[in-house]
Amino acid sequence: MTLATGKVGIICCNGEDFAEGTISRVATRLVLEKLRPDQTVTLCLPLFLAGGEDERAFARVFPTIAVDGCSKKCAEAGTKKFSGKPVATILVSEVMKKYPHLKVKSREKLEPQEMELAMKVAEEIAKKVDEILCKKAKK
Amino acid sequence: MENHKVIVVPCSGIGKSLGTVGRVTTYKVVERMRPEKTRTVCLALLTMGDADALRLVRENPCISVDGCPAQCSKKNIEASMGKLAHNVVVTDFLRKNRSLKPEGVIELNDQGDKLAEIIAKALSEKVDEILHEAKCE
Repeated sequence: MTLATGKVGIICCNGEDFAEGTISRVATRLVLEKLRPDQTVTLCLPLFLAGGEDERAFARVFPTIAVDGCSKKCAEAGTKKFSGKPVATILVSEVMKKYPHLKVKSREKLEPQEMELAMKVAEEIAKKVDEILCKKAKK
Repeated sequence: MENHKVIVVPCSGIGKSLGTVGRVTTYKVVERMRPEKTRTVCLALLTMGDADALRLVRENPCISVDGCPAQCSKKNIEASMGKLAHNVVVTDFLRKNRSLKPEGVIELNDQGDKLAEIIAKALSEKVDEILHEAKCE
């Protein structure tokens, strides 16, 4: 990972044991690949936690959004522990409450309904990215 | 060891498709090939020191599935004092299957899925071996 200015870092929990972890992962990539490709980078949480100095340095210097699947908030807690408090945290389980008709169960390959939810989460992340960059530009 | 399961832990690296291959491999093993003998655990939860996750990797044999030679899953299991029984790195299998070019993180392409299937078959055999050895001890 190369340090870059004017970017927002996104760090997701990837939780392997729950479908919400897969949603956090896919939503993060949707922001990175489709919604805000020029404004965001993703930080690899396992590398971050295993001591990846580039990832930790980025989160110390640049604004970072944590995307967590459940209330245990591992991405937020890990970022806080090794770099500093993330500017925002998006909780998949909270976003899900707004869309009760979208059911989530697969961990491996997302069904169309689950992909729709991932896009809803991605849109919330993108909104947060815009807010952060807008505030930075005003300073 | 009778009721023990093998804990399969992928790195889930998000920057490259190799992390997705590791993740898909894990689900093939724990959901389809050896559902009775295996389970997975959230790597981040384990690394953040969650008591249940720590107990799980300390009381059961673990297999790390890493996308790249940084081997984050292996390192984090070891740092958690988990019982690492075996570790695989996707790039090692890629070298043996050069015709397969995995692509995609949101969704793995067919070649990536094929590679995951190859690794999952090898891992499933390893799971049997680990549990058999443990039974004989």
